[in-house]
Amino acid sequence: MLIQIILILFFLFAILKVLGRWRGGEITGWNASLWIIFWILAGIVVIIPNSTFYVARAVGIGRGADLVVYSALALIFFILFRMTVKMERMNKDITKLTRKMALDKDLNNDNNDKENK
Amino acid sequence: MIFIVVPAHNEEKTIGRVIRGLFEHGFANVLVVDDASDDATGRLAVEAGAKVLRHEVNRGQGAALQTGDEQAFNSGAEVVIHFDADGQFNPEDISPAVKLLRKNDLDVVLGSRFLDGRSKIPWFKKYIILPISRWVNYFFTGLKLTDAHNGFRIFSRNALEKICITQDGMAHNSEIVYQIKKNDLKWAEHPVEVKYFEYGQGIMGGFKIISDLIIGKFS
Repeated sequence: MLIQIILILFFLFAILKVLGRWRGGEITGWNASLWIIFWILAGIVVIIPNSTFYVARAVGIGRGADLVVYSALALIFFILFRMTVKMERMNKDITKLTRKMALDKDLNNDNNDKENK
Repeated sequence: MIFIVVPAHNEEKTIGRVIRGLFEHGFANVLVVDDASDDATGRLAVEAGAKVLRHEVNRGQGAALQTGDEQAFNSGAEVVIHFDADGQFNPEDISPAVKLLRKNDLDVVLGSRFLDGRSKIPWFKKYIILPISRWVNYFFTGLKLTDAHNGFRIFSRNALEKICITQDGMAHNSEIVYQIKKNDLKWAEHPVEVKYFEYGQGIMGGFKIISDLIIGKFS
């Protein structure tokens, strides 16, 4: 089916992107391998849709497609949550940096210097 | 040594008057934290005679207060007062509140609009918003106060050492109350007057505070 080809091409593209990011040092080897495993698993599900059936049955979900949707949703929310926390941490770091710059710089004396010049 | 910390973001209309008011009441150490204002707040504060620290990036009122607290602490402050830059507070309230702190050997004095009748609080705020805020505060902090999100606070050096504001936005208020409880600091409330010019944070601001508090628990 056409959709299978398109999805497989998309997954290959995603894997190439992950490898590129890893080589560029933007993500760690651990993160890169997790993403590659994820896209390979997604590829297997697309090529052999019935493969999810066994896992779905094992965890008590009737259809393989449902399992994929449930897990995808759970994963997306988890990533979203992690990103929110990460952004919050980054915000705190920016605050620390801003504070350090403010404490190191004496505006009053800078202004006096300007006036003296 | 008493330090007054005034966080300010785009307050050019009021900052000069607020600083002069503080000087007139005998407070020599006025520390303005200019939180990346786009207007002339910083320059006017320097001209009015305050010591000015500048955040190059806007980080919010909580972040500005912590910067001011650290500077005051490093300068040897024995007492630090948080005072708003928008002219809502009355500098006459400071001296009696500091006296209360010293007389009873307290760590923290928190301003309250509900202990006397001077503050003309808009009714929706008085009967709907503030009671809800008080309960939210109580839920997150465990400390029951007569007022919520009143920016007038006085810290002893001991309190200054123990309280560290990590909530950059408006949730710092609940965070401070939480830390008072956690560090078992001696506190009291003191009546203050708050003048109303406009509405304040609004309901969405309230939701932002709650979401900041929840996210803060995880980061």
